[in-house]
Amino acid sequence: MEVAGEVLASESQLHVLAVDDSHVDRKVIEKLLKISSCKVTTVESGARALQFLGLDEEKGSLGFNGLKVNLIMTDYSMPGMTGYELLKKIKRSSAFREIPVVIMSSENILTRIDSCLEEGAEEFLVKPVKLSDVKRVMNDCIMRGETEGNNRRRVDKRKFEDDNHASSSSSSSSSIPSSPSSPLPSSPSTAATSSPLHSLKRAKLRDDN
Amino acid sequence: MWHGIDMCSLVYSFAFVPCACEHQGIVDDQFTQLRKLEDENSPHFVMEVASLFFEDCEKLINNMAIALEQKQGVDFKQIDECIHQLKGSSSSIGAMRVKNACIAFRSFSDGQNREGCLRCLQQLSHEYSLLKNKLQTLFRLEKQIVAAGGSIPRVH
Repeated sequence: MEVAGEVLASESQLHVLAVDDSHVDRKVIEKLLKISSCKVTTVESGARALQFLGLDEEKGSLGFNGLKVNLIMTDYSMPGMTGYELLKKIKRSSAFREIPVVIMSSENILTRIDSCLEEGAEEFLVKPVKLSDVKRVMNDCIMRGETEGNNRRRVDKRKFEDDNHASSSSSSSSSIPSSPSSPLPSSPSTAATSSPLHSLKRAKLRDDN
Repeated sequence: MWHGIDMCSLVYSFAFVPCACEHQGIVDDQFTQLRKLEDENSPHFVMEVASLFFEDCEKLINNMAIALEQKQGVDFKQIDECIHQLKGSSSSIGAMRVKNACIAFRSFSDGQNREGCLRCLQQLSHEYSLLKNKLQTLFRLEKQIVAAGGSIPRVH
């Protein structure tokens, strides 16, 4: 199938570029992606990611560095260029704007999530990232390729985790404030004894041009 | 016979250590999830991640200690950055008590409270030592099992 062929790298494996300044996180995401049958390249910064893609500002010209990248997963908080800034650069580049970008962050701040989705991120994952998160992202990536076309609707999703285990006084709340621009489905996160991480999906449907 | 009993006790201890750690809150489910990722292709994955984590921890704890000693004024922004990084890695490896110590630390750093920060750093170091001790025990048991000709029981 031609469309699927465009999404998959030549050896029928998704090639994922993972960007994170944390060595521990790079190691973990690499493992999660390999287990999910992906080819993985990890880099430690947004600048390196752009270099790898061939979108190097200093060099001033677009080039292609080896294997085609099918998906970019980037940490949000990084010194120098943040994941958000990297996302913007990619989405504003004619050569790479079609590559899906997933943001990962240890903090689920609604305004942050909104900005990333507005800027074209496919998903916003709250860390620590689990195997089920990665598998879902892979499925979405492949599905997205198969339904590529003029009138497809793009579903913007984010993952919201209710952090049950940490005796944390920080923000994770069990009710989501509704945003004025898009109504939220009422599906509060529920506690379960067996699985510590729970998700609240907010689906935002909008027409793609 | 003696050899057989020795293997049993090794395997028992190997199973016991992570259970005890989780029970004491030293690690949470994320650690178990990482152990599940280990397979024949990457039999030392958890040990490798843990080594990276130990390096991170030691570097960040050291940086914070130095920052807090500065007579001309403590750079709380730097402290905050260190806490953020440590909170991130500890969360990724499932080091729950270290992570919680970071969260507590943050409030003192936000309040620019040097004394409070010093106490938190001490607490953080303590939690780190505890974790490192437990994990090194686990890895040592793993090596002993393999050396004695056994195979590592995998987490499912």
